[in-house]
Amino acid sequence: MELVLALAIGVLAGCGVWLLLRPRTFQVIIGLTLFSYAVNLFIFCIGGLRTGADPVLRDGADLSQYTDPLPQALVLTAIVIGFATTALFLVVLLASRGLTGNDHVDGKDGTP
Amino acid sequence: MSAHLLVCPIVLPLAVGALQLLLGERRRGAVAALGAASCVALVGLAAALVLRVGSGDELAAVYRIGNWPARFGIVLVADRLSALMLLLTAVLALALLPCALARRRQPGGPVQPLAQFLLMGLNGAFLTGDLFNLFVFFEVLLAASYGLALHRPGARRVSAGMHYIVVNLVASMLFLIGVSLIFGVTGTLNMAALAKLVPQVPENTRALLHAGAAILGIAFLVKAAMWPLGFWLPRTYAAAPAPVAAMFAVMTKVGVYVLLRLSLLLFGDGAGAASAHFGAAWLLWGGVATVAVGVVGMLGARELGKLAGYNVLVSSGSLLGAIGLQQPAVTAGALAYLVVSTLAIAAFFLLAGLVAPREEVDGASLLEPYDPTGMALYADEDESRATVPAPVALLGLSFLTCALALAGLPPLSGFLAKFALLAPMLEGGAGMGAGATTLFTLVVVAGFCTVIAMCRTGIQIFWADEDWVFPPIRAGEAASVVVLLALCLALTVLAETPLRYLAETAAQLHAPARYIQAVLP
Repeated sequence: MELVLALAIGVLAGCGVWLLLRPRTFQVIIGLTLFSYAVNLFIFCIGGLRTGADPVLRDGADLSQYTDPLPQALVLTAIVIGFATTALFLVVLLASRGLTGNDHVDGKDGTP
Repeated sequence: MSAHLLVCPIVLPLAVGALQLLLGERRRGAVAALGAASCVALVGLAAALVLRVGSGDELAAVYRIGNWPARFGIVLVADRLSALMLLLTAVLALALLPCALARRRQPGGPVQPLAQFLLMGLNGAFLTGDLFNLFVFFEVLLAASYGLALHRPGARRVSAGMHYIVVNLVASMLFLIGVSLIFGVTGTLNMAALAKLVPQVPENTRALLHAGAAILGIAFLVKAAMWPLGFWLPRTYAAAPAPVAAMFAVMTKVGVYVLLRLSLLLFGDGAGAASAHFGAAWLLWGGVATVAVGVVGMLGARELGKLAGYNVLVSSGSLLGAIGLQQPAVTAGALAYLVVSTLAIAAFFLLAGLVAPREEVDGASLLEPYDPTGMALYADEDESRATVPAPVALLGLSFLTCALALAGLPPLSGFLAKFALLAPMLEGGAGMGAGATTLFTLVVVAGFCTVIAMCRTGIQIFWADEDWVFPPIRAGEAASVVVLLALCLALTVLAETPLRYLAETAAQLHAPARYIQAVLP
């Protein structure tokens, strides 16, 4: 499972960075989204991967049977904030498209 | 009440901003009054905090939200550095208030609530005691800053704002990667707990901890605009409306603040042989490179806003280099320089907005290219009609004061701050190698180049160019500039008490045991 997750994070981050460096705003926002998926998965797995383990403690429980709840809390916050800022960027992207008439990140297209 | 003093600088702007949103655009008077009351109250709160942590018996005030122990709950910590930054932010916000109010009838979105949310994010970032809440407050302040940078339309502004947003979103993701790596190695994100754990990290995971810290550092270096991560800054700041750009002058200092705090807390002298001074050399040489780039940009800038932006780079670079030296005396000087340069740069951004035509068309406010054969600068002038209108005289005088403060020439506080920064480097001692010499030389050269760039700009705008049209100045805008520069002047006269406070702050930062003790009793 570790290998699958690591590969998934790697592929998502790689695609994200490549798209981020492209000159079209649409590619940039897709890149940002993919990159944030990769980061969220990375945070999620940083506490160690367990399947079927409970994050909430019960009385008299053996700690080794539980998964770390903190990365899950962190990733929730990160998802919410990442989603909100990406949505904000989408608005600016549309404004830029409307004001400059093209979707180049610099607002200037080589081919008028 | 005094027990909850620490959480007030975060809760107050949040509540006021929300109220202002509810009141809406129609009741501008009430919104403005609320904003003013909040800014005044924040200055009072910050001053109370400075007095409390500066009095000696209580070096770091700790507030545990929900009274959970620090390792599990969220803590707010105010030591001397946090209190100083809070006071600087609040004073800057109050000084910029008249300017913002004078412009409130211009079209644009809800500026005042956004400014309050920006203040909330800034105050939270200065007060928080753990890395994840630092991320949250960073996002709050960034989201507010996106809105502020873009609140007036214009293709240039939107395009610059878009770059700013993308750069900061990517930096936030690097922030998260760094935070989770550190969490993976140590199992905590509380700064004080981390400082305790760093010397005990097993050797096989220490590299991972360093990698996490380095990635985290990159996120802050983007905010602090270190070369080569700072290309977004001059353009964004030049495109932002003048009061907003002036408020942004403190935003690069947030990055500097976090780097100062974390590098001394986590990787100070007590971090063990393998981790002590991790990244210090990078900060030093990165700072040197930033100053160099800032100087070149300043000499080449043909637009006032960009000139101010490159001044930000020079100031940031000097600060980063000074942090990289990791000497208490240099840190104290750097803090003095931080305060003075923030005030002076804010004033300069305001001036740039006042001098340049109000609705900037691209190219309308450009300075002439340098041409030594052109005689326009040296043409004989008709001295007979030498009456200068009062607003222009005020602007010119402010510009001169600003230039003196930024270049670090006597007799203003800029000189004192630069002297406090440079004197320990000159004295030398352990740990001052080639880096200190290079930084010293570059900071002096930067001061000299600031004089050249400012002289050239001043001559072109105020003396030579008879066609330069000064837009009408509102009383509030002039008041903001005068207040900021008067603060610089006041710091010159009353230098002793602040400098002593800063020396104690630096001593506290370099001996973090008391900080850790206060958070984790």
